[in-house]
Amino acid sequence: MSVTREMMKVMKLEELKPQIGKEVRVGDESVALFRLSNGEVRAVSNRCPHKNGPLAEGIVSGEFVFCPLHDWKISLTTGEVQKPDDGCIQTYETAVIDGYVYIGGLKEHEKHHSDR
Amino acid sequence: MSRRLVMIGNGMAGARCIEEILRRDRERYEITMIGDEPYPNYNRIMLSPVLQGKTTFEEITINDWDWYQSNNIHLLSKERAVEINRASKEVRTDRGTVVPYDELIIATGSSAFILPVSGHDLEGVVGFRTIEDTKMMLETAKQYKKAVVVGGGLLGLEAARGLMNQGMEVHVVHLLPHLMEMQLDAAAAKLLQQDLEAQGMKFLMEKKTTEIYGDGRVQGLRFEDGTNVECDLVVMAVGIRPNAALARDAGLAVGRAIQVNDLMQTTDPSIYAVGECAEHRGIAYGLVAPLYEQGIVLADHLTGRPTEGYAGSVLSTQLKVAGCDLFSGGEIHADADTKAIVVQDEVAGSYKKILVRENRIVGVVLYGDVSDGTRLFSLLKKGSDIQEYTSVSVLHKAGGDSGLDVASISADETICGCNGVTKGRIVGAILENGLTTFDEVKAVTKAGGSCGKCRGMVEAILAHTLGDKFDASAQKAAGMCACTTLTRDEVVAAIREKGLQSPRETRIVLGFASEEGCSKCRPALNYYLRMLHPETYADDKASRYVNERMEGNMQKDGTFSVIPRMYGGTTTPEDLIRIGEVAKKYNVPLVKITGASRIGLYGVQKEDVPNVWEELEMRSGYAYSKSLRNVKSCVGSRFCRFGTQDSLGLGIRLEQEIEMVDTPHKMKMGVTGCPRNCAEVLTKDFGVVCVENGYQLYFGGNGGTEVRECDSLTTVATEDEVILLAKAYVQLYRETGIYGERTAPWVKRMGTDWVRQMLGNEQEIAGLASRFEHAKTTYREAWSAALEDEERRRMYTVERP
Repeated sequence: MSVTREMMKVMKLEELKPQIGKEVRVGDESVALFRLSNGEVRAVSNRCPHKNGPLAEGIVSGEFVFCPLHDWKISLTTGEVQKPDDGCIQTYETAVIDGYVYIGGLKEHEKHHSDR
Repeated sequence: MSRRLVMIGNGMAGARCIEEILRRDRERYEITMIGDEPYPNYNRIMLSPVLQGKTTFEEITINDWDWYQSNNIHLLSKERAVEINRASKEVRTDRGTVVPYDELIIATGSSAFILPVSGHDLEGVVGFRTIEDTKMMLETAKQYKKAVVVGGGLLGLEAARGLMNQGMEVHVVHLLPHLMEMQLDAAAAKLLQQDLEAQGMKFLMEKKTTEIYGDGRVQGLRFEDGTNVECDLVVMAVGIRPNAALARDAGLAVGRAIQVNDLMQTTDPSIYAVGECAEHRGIAYGLVAPLYEQGIVLADHLTGRPTEGYAGSVLSTQLKVAGCDLFSGGEIHADADTKAIVVQDEVAGSYKKILVRENRIVGVVLYGDVSDGTRLFSLLKKGSDIQEYTSVSVLHKAGGDSGLDVASISADETICGCNGVTKGRIVGAILENGLTTFDEVKAVTKAGGSCGKCRGMVEAILAHTLGDKFDASAQKAAGMCACTTLTRDEVVAAIREKGLQSPRETRIVLGFASEEGCSKCRPALNYYLRMLHPETYADDKASRYVNERMEGNMQKDGTFSVIPRMYGGTTTPEDLIRIGEVAKKYNVPLVKITGASRIGLYGVQKEDVPNVWEELEMRSGYAYSKSLRNVKSCVGSRFCRFGTQDSLGLGIRLEQEIEMVDTPHKMKMGVTGCPRNCAEVLTKDFGVVCVENGYQLYFGGNGGTEVRECDSLTTVATEDEVILLAKAYVQLYRETGIYGERTAPWVKRMGTDWVRQMLGNEQEIAGLASRFEHAKTTYREAWSAALEDEERRRMYTVERP
């Protein structure tokens, strides 16, 4: 499939529990992967712009995650930090194909990618 | 046609004056208010509690946007008045709006005075005056460590305490040898300084700031004596400067502030000034009570009511810092004509000074025990002859009752000094409007709406007025989170009544703003539901904060701590060796004895956490949970020559009986073998002091953020009774506590006597204890449960595709 060439296969969807984040490490890039309660999958940078809090460990509500360090609220769709705080984090494209989660736009993608 | 009344300013004094006018005559004026802050008017006094983390910005709004609308007040917010044209009777704003007036009130308040030393304009230098200032300070505290507050007055000390609460290390710089010299004498100031130092506040006394240095952002302060202090934030609290420029430009008489007569009228008869921007008989006031008194006079005058005019105010102040209770009113320093009654109790750290001139009280300084402050200040303001009082009865209420004696307070006595609300007004409002809670009284009368210090008095008056109908548990009434206006009690009652089974169902049925909830209500609902349905409700890991979900405290770098259970602080050589071996194998960076008498492994990598548990083969110490953390114990009669009972054995048993079960917040307990109290049990959530004839039980103590000494419950004869009462107590807390509320504030909220009463009733005890025991059967030791569950083990893995 063409999409697998651009995206990296990460894990089985069934192992990604709703509303409990999963840290994905590719090279020195750390990505927080989430399955929302509506079933959609989102991937964002795993570093809160505030103090590098690991967002994969945060409480997920709708399409937002609350950073476990200081409770910043961040949109998993746009990457935007919600008021009263400010900032933005990187978001990654995701896809679910044949029961597997794929992430696109990773820096190390080319190096690591193989036709798994 | 109604006349046009324009107010420049949208602060506390101004808005209060408008309220007073509306209360007298709603039709008389067409009102416009011009305010440059982008908020409806809010209670500036409460910025200190906001900074101290005790309340929120939302809660300090006095009149929200609806108030302006429903009172037909035209508000120009985010607009600044830049010119008053007295000839054409118009005000012009920075946006070019021209507002004509018939009567104009200037209520521009004042600004923080920033010392004009070099570097005062660096980033990180701020006054403490507005919501913006407070937000900036809160933000700074998230990123930086060191703060300096310049000025050891009321505001400076409150700011310093607030910044400490936000995790900053704070130095207070003061020009004079004593703190709060406007309100305290040397003796009281010294006690205050000692107490604040004990809280960790640092002082640089008799230092004159000559320079603020830094490269873009402030890095430190230099003083006249050549010394310096490093910091990332400077808060200027050296005084205020009345905002009088507009009036001066318009040609009105301005001294230190805008000069007014007893009717608050400036030198232009159709222009008035109230509040901190006004100077009356040579004094510009900076406290809230006089500003309200001025507003009342002006409201009377503008609505054509007879008024005696404003005659100046005698001031009283209190400091909003926990653990430093002080009251100051009237004169502070003795002179040739005054006599002083001084009582100093160095043991209790309290100090009382009453200055008397010609048999009348002219000054009151209280430190430590301030319960007499309101009463003495009332005698002072009335100018009562105190000949009939003995000096002892001036200091102590007859009968030696240390509680609030509400009945003895006369109706015209002021209860809320900030808003000038008398006891009579409060009682009248309760009876006329059928009020039952503090918040309702606050909404109707404004009592307790500013600094909040009189809340206890207001509640006592409520209790006295309502008698049996007073419900202590109903007194707190704020929504449990931003998603709902329902309180904890309302939510829990609805879950019970409607038989709600899941957090999502609860949020939908109760109309939460977000169906998914937020980081505040998610864990709370999870707790309430499991507390109410221990058998059927399955704990929702996704609603747990990371530390509880992962059964370990996440450290700031994303690693975790592993702290195994050590009942009563005991361990064995085998366990110690194993802990050492595991720590070595996993390169644990820090091994430390924790504050709760256990051994903690800190900095364990997330992926190693389950393996570390597995190899330790020990139970979880629940050091991350809202449940029993530990029972601190001394060795007691097993080893100690003073030990009266087996405190260690009891401590271990207590820990085993209570552990694992979720509670609204963490709990710490202690058992000590004799009244020497080596296990420090009097600041625990539940404490046991062993004595020759049994066990003294204590509850509701706290040794953390806000220290609270335990209240005594009862003395029992056997260990079994201790365990039974402990279970009943924990269950009572489980069933009535607000999620996130420790037992100390819970006891304060519900009332010590209520707790005693509930735990004095055998039927209650039996019911509570059995519900607790039932709940406990639904809990399994956390680490072994997690290790057995593949899905939960996977929460610790990291995907590396």
